[in-house]
Amino acid sequence: MSGINDFAFKMATVNGTGSASANSLLMQAIFRMGIPVTGKNIFPSNIQGLPTFYEVRVSKDGYTARPQHVDLVVALNPSTYAKDVATVRPGGYLVYDSSWPLESELEREGITIIGIPFGQMCVDTFIGDRDRTLLRNIVYAGALAALLEIDMDIIGQMLIEKFSKKKKLLESNNTAIRLGYDYAKQHFACPLPFHLEKMDATGDSILIDGNTAAGLGAVYAGATVGAWYPITPSTSLMEAFRGFCERFRVEPDTGLHKYCIIQAEDELAAAGIVIGAGWAGARAFTNTSGPGISLMQEFIGLAYYTEIPAVFYDVQRTGPATGMPTRTQQCDLMSLAYASHGDTKHIVLFPCSPEECFYIGTTAFDLAERFQTPVFVASDLDIGMNDWMCKRLVWDDSYQPDRGKVLDATELEQVKKFSRYLDVDGDGIAARTLPGVHPNGAYFVRGSGHDKHGAYTEDSDAYQEVVDRLTRKFATAATVVPAPEFHMQPDAHVAIVSLGSCHTAVLEAIDRLRDQGIVANYMRIKAFPFNSSVREFIDAHDAVFVVEQNRDAQLRSLLAIETGVPRDNMTPVLDYGGMPLTANVVVTAVANHFAEVSA
Amino acid sequence: MTSIAKPPVRHPGLQRNALGFTVRDYEGAMSTLCAGCGHDSVTAALVQSFWELSLPPHRAAKMSGIGCSSKTTAYFMKQSHGFNSVHGRMPSVTSGASAANRDLTYIGISGDGDSLSIGLGQLSHAIRRNVRMLYVIDNNGVYGLTKGQFSASADIGSTSKKGEANMQQPIDPVLLALSLGATFVARSFSGDKAQLVPILKAGLSHNGLALIDVISPCVTFNDHEGSTKSYKFTREHEVEISAADFVPLRREITAPDTDSEVSVVAMHDGSTVRFRKTADSYDPTDREQAYAHVRACQLRHEVATGLLFIDESGQDMHAMAKTTTQPLVDLPFADLCPGNAALQSLMEQYR
Repeated sequence: MSGINDFAFKMATVNGTGSASANSLLMQAIFRMGIPVTGKNIFPSNIQGLPTFYEVRVSKDGYTARPQHVDLVVALNPSTYAKDVATVRPGGYLVYDSSWPLESELEREGITIIGIPFGQMCVDTFIGDRDRTLLRNIVYAGALAALLEIDMDIIGQMLIEKFSKKKKLLESNNTAIRLGYDYAKQHFACPLPFHLEKMDATGDSILIDGNTAAGLGAVYAGATVGAWYPITPSTSLMEAFRGFCERFRVEPDTGLHKYCIIQAEDELAAAGIVIGAGWAGARAFTNTSGPGISLMQEFIGLAYYTEIPAVFYDVQRTGPATGMPTRTQQCDLMSLAYASHGDTKHIVLFPCSPEECFYIGTTAFDLAERFQTPVFVASDLDIGMNDWMCKRLVWDDSYQPDRGKVLDATELEQVKKFSRYLDVDGDGIAARTLPGVHPNGAYFVRGSGHDKHGAYTEDSDAYQEVVDRLTRKFATAATVVPAPEFHMQPDAHVAIVSLGSCHTAVLEAIDRLRDQGIVANYMRIKAFPFNSSVREFIDAHDAVFVVEQNRDAQLRSLLAIETGVPRDNMTPVLDYGGMPLTANVVVTAVANHFAEVSA
Repeated sequence: MTSIAKPPVRHPGLQRNALGFTVRDYEGAMSTLCAGCGHDSVTAALVQSFWELSLPPHRAAKMSGIGCSSKTTAYFMKQSHGFNSVHGRMPSVTSGASAANRDLTYIGISGDGDSLSIGLGQLSHAIRRNVRMLYVIDNNGVYGLTKGQFSASADIGSTSKKGEANMQQPIDPVLLALSLGATFVARSFSGDKAQLVPILKAGLSHNGLALIDVISPCVTFNDHEGSTKSYKFTREHEVEISAADFVPLRREITAPDTDSEVSVVAMHDGSTVRFRKTADSYDPTDREQAYAHVRACQLRHEVATGLLFIDESGQDMHAMAKTTTQPLVDLPFADLCPGNAALQSLMEQYR
């Protein structure tokens, strides 16, 4: 890092002071310069007053994981000042608000300190506390534009797009951006040694967060019923779904909606609504996070046993209990795979990016209906709420939803007595009927013991026949769910297994490990149940590292339980402090392992 | 839930409704509830109501939670889809089903345990959503399937079979529903089919959630001296505010009786509920009066029955959500997926 188009900077501000829009303005401007960029919002569970950080990583090589070091910090929060000064890499820069003198104990050898009187300039230029507070952020954006050589024409264009209908705001923002830009130009040697130069490396990419992409995916997959209860970090998924539905699914003549979104009284009800809607034949989903999944367990078991399609987006955050609501983890893997009481196993999908969050909509709904079962999409806060650089989304207009085995009225006309849970085809999947379609299709959904006809039973053999078929159905699912993604290298002698948002950090780590002489093959798990290639990959390597973001190595446990690979054959690489994974965690763990082995 | 199939034998001379069905066609499996259970009487009243309304059984969905009451969905309309969900959560499942397919007739059967303890939140919010459904509470003041514990509707001082007295305040579903803004609130008695059937029929035609609390004595655990939900107590303390009759839209509406005490309440679909008042000046469209009447009866240790409140002007869940009139399950995929051209245009916003 720390060169042209290869560095990271961080803004340390106070939550609720309007820094988010300035930060995303900076990131988007860099993106429009054609330079690969990532922004990670490290924010508190609070509305106003607590420290919040925004990390921007610029990488000409296209690495988009969280940066290990920052080259420049904009320190605007007095309460974190000391800590922020310490995070600057040696030789890096600190930008602070020189409206107030810098206390001598906060000065640091080995870094360059740049004082800009953001506060004073705003007081001198703008009227009213609100403008003076909000525009201070735009002033520092202007200063950074000068220091890092961000294209001012692009920023100007973005402000026009944003404030085209609010002329006054456009003027004040333009004034603020120039204030910072001009001050930096006049007082410092701009640009800094590390700065930006236009590239053409973003191609046809977009910047989008996972929850937005997932909400859009649900629209494209034909979901019509969404039920939810607000919970960080999943809330924006349903808000995105609502926004896209308003755009695409409102009848122009009547204003009526071709969708129904219900904000439930709690997660229990949200799950019940989804299951009721799935039973009635709609593509229905809910979005939640770990605490919500805990509350939904009862209904998940019901849907599994009664075989009702339902899609659950779990945007994971740290646990257990309330945990840290605005920090990321991959800590729900076990609780999703075996959710609810009794013997249950569920299909879980692991998107690694917003792009996959979009496409996984169709996969999740298809699988839910094909296998008539709950399907979980295990996203996380890092994917869900941060803007990621992704390939432009495209839609295959020939796509038709897989509705699974649903008997229609014509087929039911031929049926004398419908039996709900008969495995006619030997794949473990029985045909279902939808209420209201035909009298011959009527049956009774019961969470109590039932036989293959759907009738109540307490008979051991009849009960076992049904639950054994559910096992068969799960085995069929293993052959249909998305297969792992493999990144193989010639002469590789170690293996890395990972999933979800770890992906970008693992890819970067693999490059850096190769520089150290450690050549790794990589398997990214995309779904549970694991298909046969998962075990084959692990068996083919002597040293296997499983990288995941939880304390207890949950993925490793799942791999051991479901594939039979001994747990000790897989070395866990764990990161669970709640921050997005950095490549360094993986590099250090793998390199240290070999250092210890050879010592 | 447990059920035993009924033999399909029927008398050839049974009367048929507009669909050509006999009452037997609206029956379900054999009940496995205790002999004499009030719930079976409610089931019989439901069968009668559906038959009289000529409701196509396969266009109805029978929803329930867990408990004795929730078993009864198996005992009527075997050609309807049934959903025996989880304890207290029938309202959410019904909300979802209704969201997906608004054209079905939803009948929720619950109990005082199911609805007033574990499911109180879901009941309350289904009322707030005004989900279009008939919501019957088979209220016996006791947990039957776990053998005799007090439920949340047990009155203070009423005793269990073992003799211990309940000390906690009861939750009255009627007062609860009235205070939450329910648009149709009634109470009846399982032993009074003449009153119950027209109320059920009106509830089935209501444009929103029709809550009917039915005192339905538990003969095994709560039909003894000291119970306020027993047959004897309810018969002795029932206060009928009005004799109600329900006239469906499609039938010829007969001229009202010359008796000026008859008031006619129009339902949203044009059908009517006719009240023959027995109490002076009772107005079933006045929520405050309904509340006061129920409270006054309660203080006299009486059970207020009848159609206590109705408001046909309220918006149901779909009206509030502005859902299209065609059931969402019937919308073709092409109507739901905006396609690639729209996506590409949208993508410009993310650059």
